Amino acid sequence: MAEQDLVKLEAFDFYSSNRVMEKSELAKRTIVRMVIETPLIARKAKAGQFIILRVREGGERVPMTISDKDPDKGTITIYFQVVGKTTALMRTLEVGDRFQDVVGPLGKPDHIEKVGRIVMVGGGTGTAVLYHITTAYRQLDNYIIGIIGAREKELIILEKEMRQVCNEVIIVTDDGSYGEKGLVTDALGKCLKQYNDIRLVWGIGPLAMMKAVANQTRPHKIKTMVSLNPIMLDGTGMCGCCRVSVGGIARFCCVDGPGFDGHEVDFDELLRRKGMFLSYERDSLLFSVR
Amino acid sequence: MEQKKEKVPRVTMPEQTVSSRIRNFNEVPVGLTEAMAVQEAARCLQCKNPQCVEGCPVEVDIPGFLRLVKEQKFLEAARKIKEKNALPAVCGRVCPQEDQCEKRCILGVRGEPCAVGYLERFVADWEASQIRADKPAVALAPPTGFRVAVVGSGPSGLTVAADLAVLGHEVTMFEALHQTGGVLVYGIPEFRLPKAIVGREVEYVRSLGVKIYTDFIVGQTFSVDELLANGFQAVYLALGAGLPMFMQLQGENLNGIYSANEFLTRVNLMRAWEFPQADTPVYVGKNVAVIGGGNVAMDCARTALRLGAKRVTVVYRRSRSEMPARHEEIIRAEEEGIIFYYLTNPIRYLADDKHWVRAMECLRMELTQPDASGRRSVVPIEGSEQTIDFDSVIVAIGTRANPIVALTTPDLKVNKWGYYIVDEATGQTSKPGVFAGGDIVTGSATVISAMGAGRKAARAIHRMLTGDPAPGAAPEAP
Repeated sequence: MAEQDLVKLEAFDFYSSNRVMEKSELAKRTIVRMVIETPLIARKAKAGQFIILRVREGGERVPMTISDKDPDKGTITIYFQVVGKTTALMRTLEVGDRFQDVVGPLGKPDHIEKVGRIVMVGGGTGTAVLYHITTAYRQLDNYIIGIIGAREKELIILEKEMRQVCNEVIIVTDDGSYGEKGLVTDALGKCLKQYNDIRLVWGIGPLAMMKAVANQTRPHKIKTMVSLNPIMLDGTGMCGCCRVSVGGIARFCCVDGPGFDGHEVDFDELLRRKGMFLSYERDSLLFSVR
Repeated sequence: MEQKKEKVPRVTMPEQTVSSRIRNFNEVPVGLTEAMAVQEAARCLQCKNPQCVEGCPVEVDIPGFLRLVKEQKFLEAARKIKEKNALPAVCGRVCPQEDQCEKRCILGVRGEPCAVGYLERFVADWEASQIRADKPAVALAPPTGFRVAVVGSGPSGLTVAADLAVLGHEVTMFEALHQTGGVLVYGIPEFRLPKAIVGREVEYVRSLGVKIYTDFIVGQTFSVDELLANGFQAVYLALGAGLPMFMQLQGENLNGIYSANEFLTRVNLMRAWEFPQADTPVYVGKNVAVIGGGNVAMDCARTALRLGAKRVTVVYRRSRSEMPARHEEIIRAEEEGIIFYYLTNPIRYLADDKHWVRAMECLRMELTQPDASGRRSVVPIEGSEQTIDFDSVIVAIGTRANPIVALTTPDLKVNKWGYYIVDEATGQTSKPGVFAGGDIVTGSATVISAMGAGRKAARAIHRMLTGDPAPGAAPEAP
């Protein structure tokens, strides 16, 4: 190993990190952006990889895809929506507070190469994950069309950042309050008509959106990648909780993914498996407020 | 034949009653009293050429510690064990003594072997009740200045760390999960191995000067090459079990179907049995099937029962005599009312209208004649399909190799299943300075065999670092 690449383990004070460095609420306070101090992870994180965190002792292990990193400052950025107990607890952390545990980077980095014209489609917090991957493609000089969708104008996130790394950005809202009126698939349909040299499509967002994107590109035989977010426990290739059918074979999202060929993914099965513990989520929240 | 003294029968370990234990997570056997321990230790014949020691993968001086128990020198007995085994409280509970030390015991030829496992547990618990676990029980050699990285804090990693720390090396241990102990923590249930005991053993290893980093995943956070470049002269890889095996059956991803690793990790590591005090939930049906016949299958079945399942059935494709689980575990499961369907193999799972598992379709199997190796195989009986209702299923048929370290360490040779290729006597891998042992080399095996591999590797690492022929024993207690 070259001398300049050598990173000294001693240089990292593990247990002083995991600190929240920045926190902001976006999209009518439905999405929280957090910058977390994790120098070891920031140094290694590649597009598509994720972390597992615990808010406190006794807390769940929750996977969060890394949406940006700053190796010099030793920080990573995550975006999350408050959907259950753990994300509600995460939101209570303020700048200076620490997560109990942060481990990573986990998962396979996505294979990034120069392919030509690419369409990057993001919905909800998926746009944050998409941004990290888009940045990587941008560095290899691809022509990138970004599509960001949301229900209404105020829910669009990362527009400015995406404009910096895309050649074109198309905004779509369900109610037409900003950009084009419609769904991301409408905008994707227009792109597919306009250009016959699209080599790759990425779709990251709610499962229903990713499924719709994959269905739309399938007849065009355009390679379509998605980033999946199943329930995980250890996240290190041990428990098998995150298995998802890809091409009819059970694959493990934590070591085989989270990026997969969208044309091969069984989205319906994944949606059902994600709902497996929903009734417990309610009990868990009720227990806390009682 | 002349019999000088009256024959004393083997001690019986007091246990929680069946009716109470199936409703709690407390340990089933409650431990020997001092009087019981002394009486049992006195049964040992103190053989000149003790076979039991040869049966022990880490070569504990069994007659030596039994003699000390007989003399009521319990603390000295604990230290005698710790010369060879850093984890006696664990091994006294989970080692398959009936296949190792106790199998070789001469008393066993005519009667019942000496209860070595019970006594190991007794002295370890006695020691813990008397002294603080964070004080080393053995003298440490002067610092050598050599640094060793141990990856994984399960039984194999803990053994290597303890052995090398005693020999004066500076040991740093890296654990991917948030808690140390590996399978002892996420896999083996509380009622068989209380987590407080694992914590105590880990504290003991820490007391030897071993530094432990949790939440650190070697292969991702740092590569093996980066560890070597960081001044670690040796790396020991003890990653443990990898991804769970499934049978690739239709419906295997339905809701309500778990791998054993997931089910046990939820309950043990994440403490789902305390939900909602702990945040991680676990779903346990009323009518649970566990597929498989090993210790892990028994653990899953007995855990499901304690979590409130009305009926738990172990489904195993061979018959009772082929079951790999410890005899003691099978007996306990039977006592607790676990149902066993032998010679039965699932072929697909059926869903309810919400895509939760509703039933299992299976085939009856029959055993074939033993092959050249003496192993009996099974073949399905044609037309024997039957459908059995279950509302949750736990698949406990073993694990594969964890791919993470191998993926980022190209010069580490693995076999076609992904397990590391090592020199059996030393644990040396294809990569200089890098050793491996435990499940990542052998596939799913026992705690003690992983510890045995650790013992061998520790000797080889010591020899590589210092050029010394490996010491036969750690230094005597102060």
